Amino acid sequence: MSSTVQWPALIVFILLFALVTVMGFYAARWHRPTTTAHLDEWGLGGRGFGTWITWFLVGGDFYTAYTIIAVPALVYAVGAYGFFALPYTIIVYPIVFVLMPRLWIVARDHGYVTAADVVHGRYQSRPLELAIAITGVVATMPYIALQLVGMQVVIQAMGLHGETPLVLAFLVLALYTYASGLRAPALIAFVKDALIYVVVLTAVAIIPMRLGGYGAVFHAAGVAFAAKGGATGLTLKPAQMLPYASLALGSALAAFMYPHTLTGIFASKSADTIRKNAILLPAYTILLGLIALLGYMAYAAGIHVASSTQVVPALFLAIFPSWFTGFAFAAIAIGALVPAAVMSIGAANLFTRNFWKAYVNPTVTPAGEAKVAKIVSLVVKVGALLFIIFLPTQYAIDLQLLGGLWILQTLPSLVFGLFTNWFRAPALLLGWLVGIGGGSWLVFTGGLKPVHTIMIGGAGYSVYIGLLALAANIIVAVVVNAFFAKKSN
Amino acid sequence: MWVLLLLPFIGLLWLPCYNFLTPTLFGFPFFYCYQLAWVPITSLLLWLVYRRTPR
Repeated sequence: MSSTVQWPALIVFILLFALVTVMGFYAARWHRPTTTAHLDEWGLGGRGFGTWITWFLVGGDFYTAYTIIAVPALVYAVGAYGFFALPYTIIVYPIVFVLMPRLWIVARDHGYVTAADVVHGRYQSRPLELAIAITGVVATMPYIALQLVGMQVVIQAMGLHGETPLVLAFLVLALYTYASGLRAPALIAFVKDALIYVVVLTAVAIIPMRLGGYGAVFHAAGVAFAAKGGATGLTLKPAQMLPYASLALGSALAAFMYPHTLTGIFASKSADTIRKNAILLPAYTILLGLIALLGYMAYAAGIHVASSTQVVPALFLAIFPSWFTGFAFAAIAIGALVPAAVMSIGAANLFTRNFWKAYVNPTVTPAGEAKVAKIVSLVVKVGALLFIIFLPTQYAIDLQLLGGLWILQTLPSLVFGLFTNWFRAPALLLGWLVGIGGGSWLVFTGGLKPVHTIMIGGAGYSVYIGLLALAANIIVAVVVNAFFAKKSN
Repeated sequence: MWVLLLLPFIGLLWLPCYNFLTPTLFGFPFFYCYQLAWVPITSLLLWLVYRRTPR
C-alpha cells in the first residue's frame, strides 16, 4: 500500500466527510418532529419514512461499506464462491415482501420498537424477550466493528497511519447520531448512495475499458485461478454448490432479523412502503454484483496485495486519478457511517426497551427511554471502536460469522407467531438455545468455518451451519411444543 | 400468485442448472449473467404479486 499521503484524494475525502457531518447535525431539524425526546422519534425517525427515504435508508444500511471491501476481496481470493452474496441479496426480497409488512403492522399497532418487543407482546415471556434482545445486541456489535474495518482500509490507503483519523471520524458519527437519531443516517444515506452509484458505475464502465473489456477481465481471472488451483475458479467446484446455495439461503433468512435492518423496516410509513421497497431494493443488488467483479478486475490490472481486503483500494489507486480515488474512498467511508449509526441505534433500542424498561425502570417515560437509548448508542460505538483498535481484526470477522448464525436463531420466535398461535414460549426458548449452542459448537470445533460436512450414506454434504442450527432449533421447538400441548390436553 | 415468489429460490438455489462458463454474454460467463438476470426478474415477479395484493 502507499506510504506517502495522497493529497488530492485526502482533500476530496475531507470535503465530502465535512459535508455529511453538517448534514448529520442538521438532520435533527429535518421533517421536524414535535419532540425528539421520544424513542419513536429518536430511534425510529417518527415512523414516517416514505418509499424513497426507506429505499435509501435500507439500501444504505443493508449494503454496508464492509460489503464493498469484503465481497470483492472474497471474489478475488476464491472466485465464483464469493458470489453467493448475489443470490443471497436476490432471494432476500421475496422473504421481505411476505414477512415484513405483517411484522410492521404488529409493531405499529402496539407501538413496538424492537424485535424483542414483538416477541414479548406475542408470548408474554420475559426470558424469551431477553434471549431475543441479547442475541440482537451481541450479533450487531461485531458488525459495527467491521464497518470500522471498511473505513480503516480506505484511510490507510490514502497514506494516513495510526488510529487518530478513525477515532475522529467515529467521534463525529457518535455525536450526530446522539443528537439526531435515525434521521441522521436517513439523510446521510442519500449522499452515501449517490456517491456509491457514481463510483461503482464509473468503475465498472472505465476499468474494463482500460483492461480490454469484460471478456479480458474474466479471462485474466480464470488464468490466475487456474495457476492458483484448489477450490477457486470462475465457476463452482461440484462440492461448493451446496455450501453456496445454503449460505445464500441462510444469509437471506437472517438478513432482516438484525436490529439495524428491522429498524429500517419499523421506521417506514406503511406496510405498503415495505412492499414497494421489496420491489425496488434489488437495484442495489445489481450494484453489488458489479462491485463483486472488482475482484476479477484486479487480476486483469495486475494488482497484487498482501491482504485481500486491500484489493479494492489498490485497484482504485492504480486506475484512477488521485481526486477520484478520494471521491471513491469517501463513498466507502461514508458508506460505513450509515450502517454503523443504524446498528448502534438498533442495539440501543433493544437495550432500552427490553432491558432497561423490563428490569431497571418499568415506569420509564418515552422521554426517559430516548435519553437512555442516546447514551447506549454512544457506549455501543465506543465499544466497537475499542474492539477494532485493541483486538485483531480477525476476531471481528469470526464473531460476525457467528453473529449471522445467532441472529438466524431468532427467526422462529419472531416470525412463527405472525402465522400461528400454536407455539408457546418455553418451546421456542429451548429451540433457540439448541440452535445457538449447537451451531456455535459446530463453528468452533470446525475451525471457524461457516460450513459443516454431514455424512449421509457414505457421501458428505457441506451445508451452512446457520441453516443446520435453524433446522435443529425448529425441530426442538416443534417437538417440545407438541409435548406441552399433549400434556395440557 | 404467491407461488411466483418461489421461482427465484428454485432458479438460484439449484446450482446444477447454471454453474457453467458458456454461453457468454458481453464477455460475462453464463454463471454471472444468469444470476444478474434474476435481479430484474425477481423485481418483476414481486411487482406482479404486489398488483394482486389487496390493500
